[in-house]
Amino acid sequence: MSKITFGRAIHDALQFEMNRCPEVYLAGEDVGFRGGDFGEDMGLWAEFDGKHGAESRRVVDTAISETAIIGHAVGAAACGLRPVVEIMHMDFMGVAMDEILNQAGKMRYMNGGKLQVPMVIKTTAGGGVGAAAQHSQTLEAFVAHTPGVKVVMPSNPADAKGLLISAIRDNNPVVFISHKLLMAGKGEVPDGEYVVPIGKANVCREGKDVTIISWSKMVKDAMQAAEELEDEGIDAEVIDLRTIKPLDEMTVLDSVRKTGRLVIVHEATRVCGFGAEVAAVVAEKAFDALKAPIQRVTAPDCPSPFTPALEVEYLPNAAKVVAAVKKIMK
Amino acid sequence: MENVQLLEAYKRMVLIRKFELKAKKLFEANKLPGFLHLYVGEEAVAVGVCSALRVTDQITSTHRGHGHLIAKGGDVKKMMAELFGKATGYCKGQGGSIHISDYNTGILGANGIVGAGLPIATGAAFAFKYKNEDKVAVCFFGDGASNRGTFHESLNMAAAFKLPVVFVCENNLYGISVDARYVAAGVVNGKNIADRAVGYDIPGVVVDGNDVNAVYEAACVAVARARAGEGPTLIECKTWRQLGHYVGDPDNYRTDEEKAAWLQRDPIKAVGTQLLEKGVCSQEDLDKIAADTDALIEDAVAEAEAAPYPDASALLTDIYAE
Ligand SMILES: Cc1ncc(C[n+]2csc(CCOP(=O)(O)OP(=O)(O)O)c2C)c(N)n1
Ligand SMILES: [Mg+2]
Repeated sequence: MSKITFGRAIHDALQFEMNRCPEVYLAGEDVGFRGGDFGEDMGLWAEFDGKHGAESRRVVDTAISETAIIGHAVGAAACGLRPVVEIMHMDFMGVAMDEILNQAGKMRYMNGGKLQVPMVIKTTAGGGVGAAAQHSQTLEAFVAHTPGVKVVMPSNPADAKGLLISAIRDNNPVVFISHKLLMAGKGEVPDGEYVVPIGKANVCREGKDVTIISWSKMVKDAMQAAEELEDEGIDAEVIDLRTIKPLDEMTVLDSVRKTGRLVIVHEATRVCGFGAEVAAVVAEKAFDALKAPIQRVTAPDCPSPFTPALEVEYLPNAAKVVAAVKKIMK
Repeated sequence: MENVQLLEAYKRMVLIRKFELKAKKLFEANKLPGFLHLYVGEEAVAVGVCSALRVTDQITSTHRGHGHLIAKGGDVKKMMAELFGKATGYCKGQGGSIHISDYNTGILGANGIVGAGLPIATGAAFAFKYKNEDKVAVCFFGDGASNRGTFHESLNMAAAFKLPVVFVCENNLYGISVDARYVAAGVVNGKNIADRAVGYDIPGVVVDGNDVNAVYEAACVAVARARAGEGPTLIECKTWRQLGHYVGDPDNYRTDEEKAAWLQRDPIKAVGTQLLEKGVCSQEDLDKIAADTDALIEDAVAEAEAAPYPDASALLTDIYAE
């Protein structure tokens, strides 16, 4: 075990997999000399490559060409490589929507299962830093809505390492999303090979009165809310989904059957957010267990405002989670 | 440029420089939220191009947009208030540094997405042609943006439809830390980004982006061509940013020699020297311009600091038009 940052855990996962498997390479904007926008790739360029342009091979600084960054990975993966491509901020993934939606996600199916597309799109999401409408979004629902694509969103350094290694080993396109505000946070991370399975949620806190489901940075807010609720005699269970898709239905449904109440917390905007999918699954499969209406704590259906005066109103937080729980505990 | 015009250009360039350096100080003192990309060293591009434009012409700008906005006639007070996230800012604090726009001044908008301005400017030009308006659209974008699909698709569309648009590439040699020679095809062999114009059968012009006269001359030709209905032009301005990519960038990917060489070629000093040599003004006149500009910027900061933040109730406004 070592106490390292979320960013370092990403580095360690990449380093481990690049050493293990010669087909794994990293490509994206500023991933080389600069070591990624959050420094998480720092050192890999010097270790594996140290070359520029046409000479670069395993750690590749690309042009600002998201379409070709993601699109080339689809072709390279189909021809035997295992690309990890970086999209600096998830907001820029829109530039390569076709490459995700119509290419990466569908290639295997359309080919009748003859090809596979083992690639990772590694990206960052999240607000809270005054980065305004085009650099603050959390777009997991966009990608989760694409059949054939998996989506993971770790909330802590250990899961970041374990899920990134799993993502690289998965034979499908996996979108790996880190929250900007988690990058510098530290936590205990197992050394060496460490795998967290895709598709398995984590019950971070057991409780009997209400289930709070969250992921990524919002797990912190959910845990804080659970502590505050405990002082008021409410015993909340907190689930960290870790994988958005495929959704760990069993863990979700077991918990809701136990507590009878559900609050879903995510930073993305509300309408068609992934919380709607979780709520629908629970309504379909555990309706009888519900003692109160399902609640969602999310950003409103509005672009992320620049000014801190509005961004605090915009973002979900622990206090909003506490209020949502209390509303259904009466 | 005529003497009077050169003096005006000088004032604009000084205003941009001082606005940026003040914003840097404020940011470093934790007074501005978000992040900040400064235009210091590239002033001749924005001012040279915008000196060839009318207020009714529209520009699209970038993440490094303050210079373009000031050159096009933007109000530094409203800009400063926006940087602070205040209700009195150009966008009521909702946009911030990289999203300032003001249609009435001909600023269709800065943009946080690299390369997003090219098709938008193309569309503005489409509207001008469609409505038979005597207007031109100008798109500022970086060397990095020239590698996005939007660059190629927009040049193609604008050329095929003979749209009144001028594409101005600010080649400052880098996209964040990445040297254009390594990622932009041909550059390593001495080719220019402007050479790509050949593929779209439009003029591609290379100019010294630190020479406001040269930029202005090239812009005048391109704007005249656009107004005459002859279609777009690609102008590549070779320039260099004197500061990091954003405030806080360690800027360790450029050598000391490179920095020293480019700092010798400061675009504002060059115009100052010309003005003195031509006898257009004296050193005292230049000092007064500096002092007046400082005073204006201080006023802008004081007003911005005193202004209110938007009320929480503003959050859900402006999402849809009525
Ligand atoms: C589509 C997209 N990709 C990546 C980014 C992140 N980014 C912001 S500025 C920048 C560099 C832009 O380089 P260039 O176009 O040369 O403009 P410069 O910053 O040099 O003025 C990058 C990669 C972005 N904002 N949008
Ligand atoms: Mg550049």
